[in-house]
Amino acid sequence: MNETRFQRKKDLPSTHLLGTGTPMCAGCGGLEALHQIYDILGERTVFVNAAGCMTLLATYPFTPFRGSWLYTSMASAAAGAQGVRDGLDILLAKGEIGSEEDLQVVVLAGDGSSYGMGLSATSSAIERGLDFIYICYDNEGYGNTGQQFSDATPHGARTATSTGPRGFPGFKKDLFAIWAAHKPTYIATVLGSEPLDLARKVEKAKSLTGPRFILALAPCPTGWDYDPKDTVEIGKLAVKTGVWPLKEFLEGKVVHTHIPRVRVPVEEYLKTQGRFAHLFRPERNEAMIAEIQGMVDAYWASVS
Amino acid sequence: MKRALLTGNGSAAWGARLAQIDYLPAFPITPQTEIIETLGKWIDTGEMNCRMVTLESEHSMLTAAGTAAATGVRVFAATSSQGFLYAMEMLYTVAGWRVPFVLVNVSRGLSAPITLEPDHNDILAARDSGFLQIHCSTCQEVLDSVLMAYRLAEHANVRLPVIVNLDGFYLSFTREPVEIPHAGLAKEFVGPYAPQGMTFRAGSPVSQAVAVLGGSPYSYFRYETHLAAQNGVSAFSEIALEFEQAFGRRQDAVEAYCMEDAELAFVMIGSFATKAKDAVDRLRKAGWAIGLLRPRLLRPFPMELIRKALAGKLGVAVVDQNLSVGKGGVLFTELASALYGMEGAPLLLSFIGGLGGRDISPEEFFEMAAVTRKAVEEGKAPPPRLLYTEEELREVRKLQAIAHVERRELEAGR
Ligand SMILES: Cc1ncc(C[n+]2csc(CCOP(=O)(O)OP(=O)(O)O)c2C)c(N)n1
Ligand code: SF4
Ligand SMILES: [Mg+2]
Repeated sequence: MNETRFQRKKDLPSTHLLGTGTPMCAGCGGLEALHQIYDILGERTVFVNAAGCMTLLATYPFTPFRGSWLYTSMASAAAGAQGVRDGLDILLAKGEIGSEEDLQVVVLAGDGSSYGMGLSATSSAIERGLDFIYICYDNEGYGNTGQQFSDATPHGARTATSTGPRGFPGFKKDLFAIWAAHKPTYIATVLGSEPLDLARKVEKAKSLTGPRFILALAPCPTGWDYDPKDTVEIGKLAVKTGVWPLKEFLEGKVVHTHIPRVRVPVEEYLKTQGRFAHLFRPERNEAMIAEIQGMVDAYWASVS
Repeated sequence: MKRALLTGNGSAAWGARLAQIDYLPAFPITPQTEIIETLGKWIDTGEMNCRMVTLESEHSMLTAAGTAAATGVRVFAATSSQGFLYAMEMLYTVAGWRVPFVLVNVSRGLSAPITLEPDHNDILAARDSGFLQIHCSTCQEVLDSVLMAYRLAEHANVRLPVIVNLDGFYLSFTREPVEIPHAGLAKEFVGPYAPQGMTFRAGSPVSQAVAVLGGSPYSYFRYETHLAAQNGVSAFSEIALEFEQAFGRRQDAVEAYCMEDAELAFVMIGSFATKAKDAVDRLRKAGWAIGLLRPRLLRPFPMELIRKALAGKLGVAVVDQNLSVGKGGVLFTELASALYGMEGAPLLLSFIGGLGGRDISPEEFFEMAAVTRKAVEEGKAPPPRLLYTEEELREVRKLQAIAHVERRELEAGR
C-alpha cells in the first residue's frame, strides 16, 4: 500500500478538525496525536471513550468533536463499541439508516484502561472480529488520577506509586504483541511527533475493516515531569533512541516503518524527563541506565 | 393467543420475542441461562429477527446493551445474582444515559456463601440505580411484565431502563400455564421503537454520556432522572389499563389481595407472595380479616398507592426476602418511610424469611399473622424476626459438629 495520499509533510491537513480550548494540559502528547488522528478519520466517527484524561474532552455542554461521542467506563469501552456497531448494523439492515449515515466506531482509551482493566473487553471484541478502530494514547501511567504506575509504565520510571530510588520495578507490558496474538486486521504504533508516519497508518486503518489498533505513545508533561514545550522533541527522541519502535502488523506480519540505523543512546531520552531524574542524580545509576539500554538493544537485535 | 406450560425463563423469553427486540447482548449464569438459550434458538431457526452477541462479562453486556439502545435499537438482556453485581457500575451508568431497554434479573442469593437459590439482595442492590423495577410472582406475570416494561421504559415521560425480576428456581424453572398473547396484538401493544432523538448517525452528531464539572449540573441530571422515574407510577397505571384492554389481564402497580375489609396484611414482593396468598385464603376461612399487599412496581416506589391501600389497617407483617446486613429488611424500611407520619398508620412488623431460597411454610404465615394480631392488641411491635426453626438450627449445628470432627481427625492424622 504505497498509494498513500501523504507523501510529504505538506500533504498533511493544514487545519485541525478537533476544536480548541479543551481542558487537557498544555503540551499533552495524547491530544497532539488525537488532533492528527481525527483529521484523517474525519467527522463521520463516533468516539467511545474509557475513563481517563480524555474523558474531559466532552464536558457538558461543550465538545471539541465535529462528530459523535459517548463516554462509557474504564473497563468496557470496547464493549460499548460493540453495542454501537451492532446498533448501526441493525439499523442499516432494517433500512432505517442509509450507508451514508453509517459511522466509524472508534474507541479512545488510555494505557491504564487498554493494558489493564479494559483488556478483557477488548480481547473479546477482537476475537469477535468487531469492526472498529481502537486508539490507545499511552502516557505510561494512570494520568488522570495523578500518574500512578500502570501496566504500561516503563522500567525505572518514577510515578506517584513508585517513588523509590529505583522507580517502577516492573516492565512495560507488550500490548502490541498481545493484540497481534489475536490476529486482528491491523495494528500500528504511532507518535504525534511523527505526523507523516501517523497519517499514513491512520489512513491505512481507516481503509480496512475489522479490529484495528492505533497505539500512540503520548508524552505527558504533567506525568513525565518535563516542560510542555518539549513534547515534540521528547517524542522524536523516543524514536531516535529506539525506545518507541514505529511498526505495523498487517496480514500476520510485523513491519517496522522506521528503523533507526544509528540509535541515539537511551539516556538522551531518559534525561529529558523528571520521572527518570533519579537515574542521574544525585549520582548516575549506571547499572539501571545500562539495563534499560540493554532492553532497547535486545529489542532491535530481534528485528531483522 | 395460545396457552402453554412455560417456565418463568420461558415466559421471559416469550416476552422478549413478542416485544420484537432487535438486540440481545448475553452472558450465561444460572438460573438465567435458559432465557438466552431459548432466544438464541429462535434466532437460529429464524423465528426471531434479532442480533445476539455473547460478551465476555455482564459488565460488558450491560455496556453493549446501553450503547446499542443509545444508537437507537430495542434491546433486551438477562442476568442474575453475581452477574448482576458484576455489572453494577454499568447499571448506574446506563440508567444515567436514560436508555430505555429491558433487563430481566432472575433473583439468586449473593455470595458469600455462594448459592444458586433465590433471594432479593441482588435486585435490591440496584434499588437506587435509576433502573425501574417490576417484581413478578407468576410466570404469566413475567411474560406480561416484559411487554409492559418496554412500554414503561420507552414512555416519553420516563425514558429509563427497566428490570423485570423473577425468582430463581421458584419461577425460573417452574412450569405454569401461561397465555401467550397473539404476536400481532403484542406488536401493536408494544409499538415500534421510538429512539426519540437518541441515536448515532453521520450527519447529525451527538454527544451522549458526557462528563459534567461540579455538583450543580450533576444534581440537575440526577434529579431529572428521579423525576422521570417518578413519572413511572402514573405511566405504569396507563399501561396497565391498556394492557387489560388488549389482553384481559390486569397487572396493577400494587396488587391488593383481600385488602378491602382486611384489618391485618402481609406485605411481600416476588413469587413467595403466592404462598402468602394461599395463607390468606386459609386464614380467611378461619375467620381472619387479613389480606396481602404486593408492590409489583418497586421503583418508582408507588408511595401513594401503598398509603391508600394500608390506610385504616391495624397491623402489617412485612416479609423481607433480603437482608440489609446491619440494618434488617429493605422492604420494611421502605414501608416504614412510606407510612411515617400518616394518620392512622398501621403497626409495622418486620420478618426476614426465604434467604437463599429457604421456604416459608404455611405455619410460619399463620404464626406471623398471630404475632401481628397480638402486637396490635398490645399496641407494640416486637423486634424483627428471622423465620428459622429450631430444627434447622439443629441441622446446622450438626454440620458444624461434623466439620469439627473431620478437622480434628485430619490434624490427628498429620
Ligand atoms: C472502575 C474505575 N476505577 C477507577 C477509576 C478512576 N480512574 C479514572 S481515570 C483513571 C486512570 C486511567 O488511566 P489511563 O487509562 O492510562 O488514562 P489517563 O488517565 O492516563 O488518560 C482511573 C484510575 C475509574 N474511573 N473507574
Ligand atoms: S496528564 Fe498528561 S495525558 Fe493527561 S492531559 Fe495532562 S498531559 Fe495529557
Ligand atoms: Mg495513562
